[in-house]
Amino acid sequence: MRIWQRLTNLLRGNGLNREIDEELESHIAEAVANGRDPSEARRAFGSSLRHREASRDARIGAWLDSLRSDAIFGLRQLRKNKITSIAAVLSLGLAVGSCMAAFRLIDAVLLRPLPVANADRLYEAPRHAVLKNESFTFNSWSYPLFKEMRAGVKDKAELISVSDAEPMDLAYKSDQDVERAQAQYVSGWMFPTFGLRPKLGRLLSENDNVQPGGHPYAVLSQNYWKSRFGEDPSVIGRTFRMGNRVYEIVGVIDGKFTGTEPGKMVDIFIPAMMHPGVTANDWGWLRALVILKPGMAAEPVRAKMEVITRTYETQRMGGATDSMPKDVRDAFLNQQVWLEPAASGASELRTNTRRPLAILGVLVVLVLLIACANVANLMTAQAAARAREMALRVSIGGGRWRLVQLVLVQSGCMAFLAAALGALFAWWAAPFVVGMINPPDNPARLLLPADWRVLAFGLGISLAVTLLFGLLPALRASRVNPVSALKGGEDPHARRRLMHSLIGVQVAFCFLVLFVASLFVTTFERLSHVATGFSANGVLVVDTVAKQPQSVEYWNQLLEHLRHVPGIKAVGMSDAPLLAGGNWSNFISVDGNPPNGIHAYMRRVSPGWIDALEIPLIRGRDFLPQDSQPESALVNQAFAEAHFDGKSPVGRTFDIVFSGNHHEQFQAVGLVGNVRYSDLRQPFVPQVYVPFPILSDKGKVESMGNAELIVRTSNPNPVLLSQFIRDEIPRARPEFRVSRIRTQSEINLSHTVRERLLATLAVFFALVALLLAGIGLYGVLHYYVMQRRREIGIRIAVGADAVHIARIVTIDALVVLVIGSVAGLALGMASTRFMDTLFYEVKASDPTIMLLPAAILFAVALLASVPAVIRAVRIDPASMLRVE
Amino acid sequence: MEHFPYSDVYILGGPGMPPKSDALQGSLDLLVLKILSRRPQLHGYAIMSAIQEISDEVLRVEEGSLYPALHRMEEAGWIRAEWITKETGRRARIYEVTPAGRKQLGTEESRWRAVAAAVNRVLREA
Repeated sequence: MRIWQRLTNLLRGNGLNREIDEELESHIAEAVANGRDPSEARRAFGSSLRHREASRDARIGAWLDSLRSDAIFGLRQLRKNKITSIAAVLSLGLAVGSCMAAFRLIDAVLLRPLPVANADRLYEAPRHAVLKNESFTFNSWSYPLFKEMRAGVKDKAELISVSDAEPMDLAYKSDQDVERAQAQYVSGWMFPTFGLRPKLGRLLSENDNVQPGGHPYAVLSQNYWKSRFGEDPSVIGRTFRMGNRVYEIVGVIDGKFTGTEPGKMVDIFIPAMMHPGVTANDWGWLRALVILKPGMAAEPVRAKMEVITRTYETQRMGGATDSMPKDVRDAFLNQQVWLEPAASGASELRTNTRRPLAILGVLVVLVLLIACANVANLMTAQAAARAREMALRVSIGGGRWRLVQLVLVQSGCMAFLAAALGALFAWWAAPFVVGMINPPDNPARLLLPADWRVLAFGLGISLAVTLLFGLLPALRASRVNPVSALKGGEDPHARRRLMHSLIGVQVAFCFLVLFVASLFVTTFERLSHVATGFSANGVLVVDTVAKQPQSVEYWNQLLEHLRHVPGIKAVGMSDAPLLAGGNWSNFISVDGNPPNGIHAYMRRVSPGWIDALEIPLIRGRDFLPQDSQPESALVNQAFAEAHFDGKSPVGRTFDIVFSGNHHEQFQAVGLVGNVRYSDLRQPFVPQVYVPFPILSDKGKVESMGNAELIVRTSNPNPVLLSQFIRDEIPRARPEFRVSRIRTQSEINLSHTVRERLLATLAVFFALVALLLAGIGLYGVLHYYVMQRRREIGIRIAVGADAVHIARIVTIDALVVLVIGSVAGLALGMASTRFMDTLFYEVKASDPTIMLLPAAILFAVALLASVPAVIRAVRIDPASMLRVE
Repeated sequence: MEHFPYSDVYILGGPGMPPKSDALQGSLDLLVLKILSRRPQLHGYAIMSAIQEISDEVLRVEEGSLYPALHRMEEAGWIRAEWITKETGRRARIYEVTPAGRKQLGTEESRWRAVAAAVNRVLREA
């Protein structure tokens, strides 16, 4: 209460003075009214100015009052040195803003707990295997195995299954009117377990988890309900079509819950029983989440899950594991189950971006430090200019702490201006960065509220920065020796040494940021130009579904129809697109020998598929409509290397070993070029393509319900054709419907998201760092010239030429630049150890990688020193010597 | 307990004699609180006059320094002030004691008595 009153008094300023004066005057008036002589009364009263000051101190507090006047003085000083102040506030604001933006991202992805009950007891259960010294961790389970694990640990923990949240095409009205939404299959009991309540209708429960395919219900997130339906309460009972089914909306979640994966905001939740793979024992499509019952330890749960997994997998494989190479078999059967805390959610974005975000954080801190060094330098230069003023303050009795306070308050003003600017910047930058993480079609969506954590972080940074760049000049200023300073003879070298070492630190950090940036840019460059083995330009990937499964022949008729549409150059069909279909792999047995342990990666394709993607046919022929499984196969060059010693396999036969040790014999009818199968970074893998017609045991061809049509258009922008294809397919054959259209380029691009993000951000930070370092160097050189202008004037007067002057002005800075660069390089080399896994085909020891930052840095330094050199050379000796 | 750095209450040596320099440091608070507790709603001049009057002109408050002291006690929450307009039309700031001030008065009074008793003992027994 009292401090509040003091603050109020503080802000009243002159009003307070007037009130005190009025009271003092009324005292004199009272005295006169009591018959005293006015001048005697005034004399007896003493100095009213002194009494007023004493009263003021009593009512505000001397310290608070001096703070106020310091703040006013500080702001006035900032206004006076407009250019340096703006430079300092801008550079600091940029840096603080970057810090806050980075914090918002890291907070959203890694730190913030999920808005669910019991988040502290939530774990993710991935499995882990080691093969040939390489470890694999993957959180994917089949539903039957999940069910056994859940039953096994029922008394200690609850298990929840969630699928990967995926963007799906769905239609609320007609089948042509499709829109995209993020959908996720979840266990019905997830909602009660997480303590979620409905805003409208009901949520899913255990009862929605009984019959495979029997619960066509959907629950919306509140966020989606708001953005898509404008909070319309009549949404309950509406239906939509997704894939082959019609779902009914039964409820809306109350609250912020948008799924368990930060970065993917789920719009629609669907019972796991509706997933097409819910009965398959060899289709791993779900992630297992574990919520421990209160007071239960994690380890027994983990151990139990591991035992169940191993028993289950041994039984499932039957005798098939016997023929496996020993190391593969051991790796498979000795899988471990891990439990990892997932209070803030479990997602691929999280694991994949943890390290990039950490690196991003480090880069930002470096930029912040560079900015601090900058401001410290500018303040030092300013303090030098104010040495006389400080000396005067000391000699009329200003205490040392009073001076420190003066300078600190001034840097505080600057820090808070910068923090405000930074907050604005962060407001804009964080969503901008999230927008860059994924292709526009499938953006990562994060909740980025500017809550108290962000504000506290920003405030913390501001305070830390105030101390960092304010304290040093403050202490120096307070140590001023009035006698020597007033004579103008203060030692200038000490100050220059400080400024130069700050510049050195700045250069080292700047070099480090540039170095890391060039590594990331090169990685991105190499990865986006990696040879994929096929051409993605102009290719549409059309997910097509049939209302009832149709014969392969009928599907082929659809392809044939499309081939005659103008604007379409080639059409093929596959079970999944390249680089987006997951892994389907089996062992190969040649000439009855046991498998050699090298997986062959499979894809089911139609005749014309290799043409649609422009994959070269090296030998043999493409599939013909009459080819079927088992019988004919296409193989790639890597397959020939792995199983036929590099000789042409065309015409030879081999067995594919399917799960359950089921052998089928195929003849290689064609040899095709290598393509990237599921990952751009992976080397080319051995591949087998099998045809669509699958002969059952009775010699009948199985019908099929969905396929990916690969459509090559003659237009370089294939998206223009997508609506046409969406309409054309059901018009030509009413049994078919398009559920989703992507471009192959967009699929390819999604593999370089992380690299693109890192490269863009690193370049951005590098530019900021360069700008800051340039400003810093400019400021120091400018100060240097100002300080030595008399000496330079004399040198010019006695005949020194411009080159000589330029040399004495820049030589010190040059030395600092070289030392800083070497230090930065050493730091860079040491730090790449932590980033190795993020690089693709670049080595930190590449000469270009080392020289490029150095060259850029020197160019910037040159640019920054030009104004100071010009100023030095232009010094007029006559006027300079006449000054004093 | 903080004191003002300069003397605030003087003991007059007698009519016409200059104030003696050794002041009764810190006793101003005590006097002001006591007077305000007996006669509420006085302004500064009246408080000063009351001290002089009751002490038979022996104690005199240095006029100007009364106000910083009043303001300090106001900040401490011992007294509160308000502006009134007197019948003469002049505005005046009048003071009264708060409950916290009464408590403070008790403390100061007993301390004063202890000091006075101690001084008396020394005078008696030395």
